[in-house]
Amino acid sequence: MRRILSVLMENEPGALSRLVGVFSQRGYNVDSLNVAPTDDKSLSRLTIVTEADDKVIEQITKQVNKLIDVIKVIDLSDGVHVERELMLIKVATRSESVRAEVKRNVDIFRAQIIDVDNANYTIQVTGTSDKLDGFAHAISQSTEIIEVSRSGVCGLARGEKALRL
Amino acid sequence: MEMMSGAAMVVRALKDVGVKHVFGYPGGSVLDIYDALYVQDDVEHILVRHEQAAAHMADGYARSTGNTGTVLVTSGPGATNTITGIATAYMDSVPMVVLSGQVPTMHIGEDAFQETDMIGCSRPIVKHSFLVKRAVDIPAAIAKAYHIANTGRPGPVVIDLPKDIVNPLEEHPYVFPESVQMRSYNPTLKGHNKQIKKAIDTIKAAKQPVLYIGGGVIASEASEEVTRFAELLGCPVTSTLMGLGAVSGIHEQFVGMLGMHGTFEANKTMHNADCIIALGARFDDRVTNNVAKFCPNATIVHVDIDPTSISKTVSAHIPVVGSIETVLEQFFERLKGFDKSAQKQSLADWWEQITQWRNTKCLDYKLDKEQIKPQEVVQSLYKHTNGDAYVTSDVGQHQMFAALYYPFAKPRRWINSGGAGTMGFGFPAAMGVQIAHPDAVVACVTGDGSIQMNIQELATCLQYNIPVKIISINNRALGMVRQWQDMIYKGRHSHSYMDSLPDFVKLAEAYGHIGIRVDKPEELDDAMARCFAEKDRLVFMDIRVDQNEHVYPMQIKYGAMDDMRLSKTERT
Repeated sequence: MRRILSVLMENEPGALSRLVGVFSQRGYNVDSLNVAPTDDKSLSRLTIVTEADDKVIEQITKQVNKLIDVIKVIDLSDGVHVERELMLIKVATRSESVRAEVKRNVDIFRAQIIDVDNANYTIQVTGTSDKLDGFAHAISQSTEIIEVSRSGVCGLARGEKALRL
Repeated sequence: MEMMSGAAMVVRALKDVGVKHVFGYPGGSVLDIYDALYVQDDVEHILVRHEQAAAHMADGYARSTGNTGTVLVTSGPGATNTITGIATAYMDSVPMVVLSGQVPTMHIGEDAFQETDMIGCSRPIVKHSFLVKRAVDIPAAIAKAYHIANTGRPGPVVIDLPKDIVNPLEEHPYVFPESVQMRSYNPTLKGHNKQIKKAIDTIKAAKQPVLYIGGGVIASEASEEVTRFAELLGCPVTSTLMGLGAVSGIHEQFVGMLGMHGTFEANKTMHNADCIIALGARFDDRVTNNVAKFCPNATIVHVDIDPTSISKTVSAHIPVVGSIETVLEQFFERLKGFDKSAQKQSLADWWEQITQWRNTKCLDYKLDKEQIKPQEVVQSLYKHTNGDAYVTSDVGQHQMFAALYYPFAKPRRWINSGGAGTMGFGFPAAMGVQIAHPDAVVACVTGDGSIQMNIQELATCLQYNIPVKIISINNRALGMVRQWQDMIYKGRHSHSYMDSLPDFVKLAEAYGHIGIRVDKPEELDDAMARCFAEKDRLVFMDIRVDQNEHVYPMQIKYGAMDDMRLSKTERT
């Protein structure tokens, strides 16, 4: 089952490698990982998407929590939450018809063309991972995808619930 | 405010956290620290002959006292040589701090001479690590390291010290923190009240309870409380390899060690229990055998300070996160007015059953007129040390014989590498124990294989006059490997023999110690007496034993707790 873990940790050198180490050392999957400092620069927030059953996610959560740098861990997928991922995708646009088709897809998915070159467009899409997959699939039907860069998921619990000190 | 160099700060901070002994080996990156050690008397340094041994010494020192062991090594190979020692401490939750030198900050990442990413190398086997980048941060890093190493579930911590920050020519203000506060690290000590209530309700209702104790009881200094708890409940007690001595091995409720080489009665009791109260134990694979067949009728109450240890292999019905000591206080509180005599009556049938299991006398073995039996060696050791020695061991058959035939009456007396199974651990660990307890009797039960993995430390023992007794059970083979080959590989002894062994007596003598060889059963007692009469000397006992002896009982792979071989021909 797909799980989204949100981790609040000290923004210290080596902290990320320790966290990633737990995953490789204990054989857990990382589907995506996103990390950046929070509004409080002494803290980093990580969002990890993994595939795990209840027993494994319990161990992952505990193992991550056990790291000295980690302050809090929550399983966002445990409750209602919002999640977003950003994708930059560069596609070939060699003919007018392709350009039109790409533009149509961009409109349908509410994406944005953020850079234009002679023979390609760079498009920005945000949304759930599923939507991004959907966009990439749709665009691949009409033209060639040159390259893709995705941010990995970030997310917040909905309502009162918050991951903070 | 005191001004001093980074090197002086390292030594001063060690003193300020209460360090008395450091085990180490000098080298380029730590020369400044060694120079700072030279000019003071507060911290004593023991010069080892190999850095791995320094880590095991610090480990033995820590296990026998409960205080954090300290290691000081140089960068590169000096640091990586401690890796096995750190892994050993990590697996057995031993508080240890390893200070490793590092190349100067500006050369990190340049593949400089003797540069190794020690933080990276040690990452999976440390509780935490610090790369200190400024001299002024040294005192706080050291204070934090010792705090982390010896609170919660103890473990090793590495501090990497680049050479430029310990420069003796640059002085900085020294500020040692009065206390350590970390927002991200606050171990849970007290059990959740709801869980405590659930646990006690289950324990009270049990008709066939068993207390399954582990190393956590020793780590939390809760032996007395656990014994009192066991006596209050009147239930059988079994212990893991790591927990031996936490409840006395000669206590009438103690049914022996459990697991792969556990006693018949311990494994039977576990398998048939309706309630398992696990205290500071972690349901390791060497205990559970096949998890799918593990104790089918038991409700499991699992108390541990480390949440990751709970429900990792075997799911606990009632998990309680907390320190054993604190949780037991909570248990006692809820057990006020508990009717001991009614409980005794209610457990009468259970004890009758256990007595029958005990009557199989699973540890009996046949003595031989010609050859010494390894079990006999351990029993002789027990006799000549009045069962009160600190006994360390290496890894293999001799380790299991020591665990089974030397009932430990006190905690911290049995010191062995349980989780990692590190050969070469026993001898340096014994040295660490002896340094912590100069007047105590310290014996290292080892074998002809293991002892050769750190034998160079005989020189260290001479230098510091460390009179440990090496009880080497010599069977000219890697006994446990050979046993498995006998049992599983049709007796094909692939590389498990020790051809061309050295003359251990001469070897001991060459290092300035006493060596005694024993071949015949009738000589054993006298030789052992001679060994322990030499109070101030290291004695190396080379005891030649029957090569074909196996350790029994032994659980049968893929079976339940109580599927065991009881001898070469009998099984359950």
